[in-house]
Amino acid sequence: MNKIVEKEVLSENVVKLVVEAPLVSRKQRPGQFVIVRTDEKGERIPLTIADADPDRGTITLIIQKVGTSSHKITRLNPGESLSDVSGPLGRATHVETLGTVLACGGGVGIAPLYPIARAFKQAGNRLIAVLGARNRELLILEKEMAAFADETIIMTDDGSHGNKGVITVGIEEVLKREAVHLAVAIGPAVMMKFTALLTKRYNVPTIASLNTIMVDGTGMCGACRVSVGGKTRFVCVDGPEFDAHQIDFDEMIKRLNTYRAEEKVSFDGYMRSQP
Amino acid sequence: MPVDHQELNADRNQGWRSELRGRISAKERSALPRVKMPELAPMERILGFLEVNVGLNEEAAVLEARRCLDCSAPTCISGCPVNINIPGFIKRIENRDFSGAARKLKETNALPAVCGRVCPQESQCEAQCVYQKMKKPPVAIGYLERFASDCERLAGNISLPLIEKKSGVRVAAIGSGPASLTFAGEMAKNGYAVTVFEALHELAGVLSYGIPEFRLPKSIVRSEIAYLEALGVAFERNVVVGKTLTLDDLREKGFRGFFIGSGAGLPKFMNIPGENSIGIYSSNEYLTRVNLMKAYQFPSYDTPIVRGKRVAVIGGGNTAMDSVRTAVRLGAEKAMIVYRRSEQEMPARIEEVHHAKEEGVEFLTLTNPIEYFADSDGRVKQMKVQKMGLGAADDSGRRRPVVIEGSEYMIDVDTVVVGVGTDPNPLIPQTIQGLEVTKWRTIVVNEETMQTAVPDIFAGGDIVRGGATVILAMGDGKRAAESLHAYLTDKDGGR
Repeated sequence: MNKIVEKEVLSENVVKLVVEAPLVSRKQRPGQFVIVRTDEKGERIPLTIADADPDRGTITLIIQKVGTSSHKITRLNPGESLSDVSGPLGRATHVETLGTVLACGGGVGIAPLYPIARAFKQAGNRLIAVLGARNRELLILEKEMAAFADETIIMTDDGSHGNKGVITVGIEEVLKREAVHLAVAIGPAVMMKFTALLTKRYNVPTIASLNTIMVDGTGMCGACRVSVGGKTRFVCVDGPEFDAHQIDFDEMIKRLNTYRAEEKVSFDGYMRSQP
Repeated sequence: MPVDHQELNADRNQGWRSELRGRISAKERSALPRVKMPELAPMERILGFLEVNVGLNEEAAVLEARRCLDCSAPTCISGCPVNINIPGFIKRIENRDFSGAARKLKETNALPAVCGRVCPQESQCEAQCVYQKMKKPPVAIGYLERFASDCERLAGNISLPLIEKKSGVRVAAIGSGPASLTFAGEMAKNGYAVTVFEALHELAGVLSYGIPEFRLPKSIVRSEIAYLEALGVAFERNVVVGKTLTLDDLREKGFRGFFIGSGAGLPKFMNIPGENSIGIYSSNEYLTRVNLMKAYQFPSYDTPIVRGKRVAVIGGGNTAMDSVRTAVRLGAEKAMIVYRRSEQEMPARIEEVHHAKEEGVEFLTLTNPIEYFADSDGRVKQMKVQKMGLGAADDSGRRRPVVIEGSEYMIDVDTVVVGVGTDPNPLIPQTIQGLEVTKWRTIVVNEETMQTAVPDIFAGGDIVRGGATVILAMGDGKRAAESLHAYLTDKDGGR
């Protein structure tokens, strides 16, 4: 059992939880994730570690409400517990000093991007953050990113904050303007797909961190498999980060929809059961 | 493992046992027919996940026990990887001392209720039974093993062995499958403070995530774990050794010896076009969703599974049989085994093949998939297969399948389960310095002692064998425990 010690509502759909997980907090590195099970009947879902405090023995998880599992977890309050937290899983980000790094985060993808971007900054890179969301209310961690980023560009679909437009508009602005040595893209699959198409045109090496369906998270099941450069890879043990220019995003997007019908059944039942 | 003949003889020469032997002649004993395992009817059992084999009742068990000739030099024991005193426990059943029979089993086997259900007795102990020479069906050793351990569990008075001296020396098992559980039980009996580390939220490895409820009820696995807890074994869930804690962390915490039983967890795919289509599972994923995550109770449990109507399972082993019979229970109208060799070469137990056929599974043997086709959403809808012939024997002694050119045809499917084997989990070998690993990524051990290239680390089960059975894994765990005990005793007098 892992106790929740803090909870903060970041936006209408996004909640931040600080959870007791002493062993994970000591071992985790930027880019790694945990598998969480909310309760005895719950799914095992992968959640990227947004931050950690080894002294307190806690990790920070940022969760967007989508279906049953994410609603269940975001309803928990401080003092309540998650049934299971296992990790840290996956390979940590390979952080090195390259020059200028472009950190591109879409929606809740800004949460896993945050520790990675910070690590690149700490390694001595110039760090430009391009953060995108549908509107001002849904944009998370802007302040936290801006605290260390050399420049922060905000894009909202409706123009309610920063510049109006999709995230790739903001990214291209930078690519046109200056030499970028690495781009890191984390967000919805479609956002990562178009970011990868764009950075490829500018020959900028790009990594994407994938959040696929998983069960065990240790390489046992293959639910998370993706095609990278024509070869099948497991996101849980070979990733979660891959060369974004090699990822078959279309296949990945289809596989993310595997349980669309079941998710609806489950979610409708869950909502009916809630007061 | 050497059999202790002195102990066997001492047990056999006890007064009650000599008297029991004299009661009925060998001729009369051998004239008795072998008992039949009562089963749920196919039409009834495919509606749910209830255990198919019902188990023997007292009378049937005692009668079957009577068939055992209590040989003076029993050959059956040499067929058992953990050297159970087979006549010893069977004669106690005949003598209606059922808890004595269970105790006799537990002397050498920490998980008799599991082994009585999932061991391939037909190729092990029962294959060595003296009746084989007489061209008669062997004593149903597996059914009797199950009977004795079920009796004890249902009576609720699980006996614990006396642990003479607790040294408190800490040892760790990595993984909680059958190899580690056996290791843990043996070390606890030797007085060690054992901790078992498991990556998942549930214990028992393949016994939990792999073998279905209808073959091995999870309540039985839980009670075998409870027995180990009563022996003093500690279990830590959600610890991925190599990630959450490293072996060096464990050394720092005071652990003095290690057993790696992390299994062959990585699923093999065939790497043919279309294999990443939606609805194509590894058998590991399919079975894990159902057994570990209880997807068959979705939406009461949150984990979903594709409930296919036309399901093809690729492979011919026990895992393939478990998968295809699971598909039947999830409502498949057409459930198929697609296997590239003939039925004769199938590695699955005959009983599993037989049960699958009774449940309406179709067997497409000498057939191999070469490509999958999906609809516009990416869901698999068809598979292209080709027919195979059998050529000369290969390394495994089985005839090698050869492609028959021009024999391709299409089969409509909406779910495919790939059950063509697993590879060892690389996580542990990758994160421990000094281990020697083969090109199949299994860990190299001394086959007698199960010791790895690192002196205080032992290993066994599928991480060493690459993909074998529960009982072979248990035999490894047992041998490793003996060796580690000897190693630590040698090192510091067992303190």
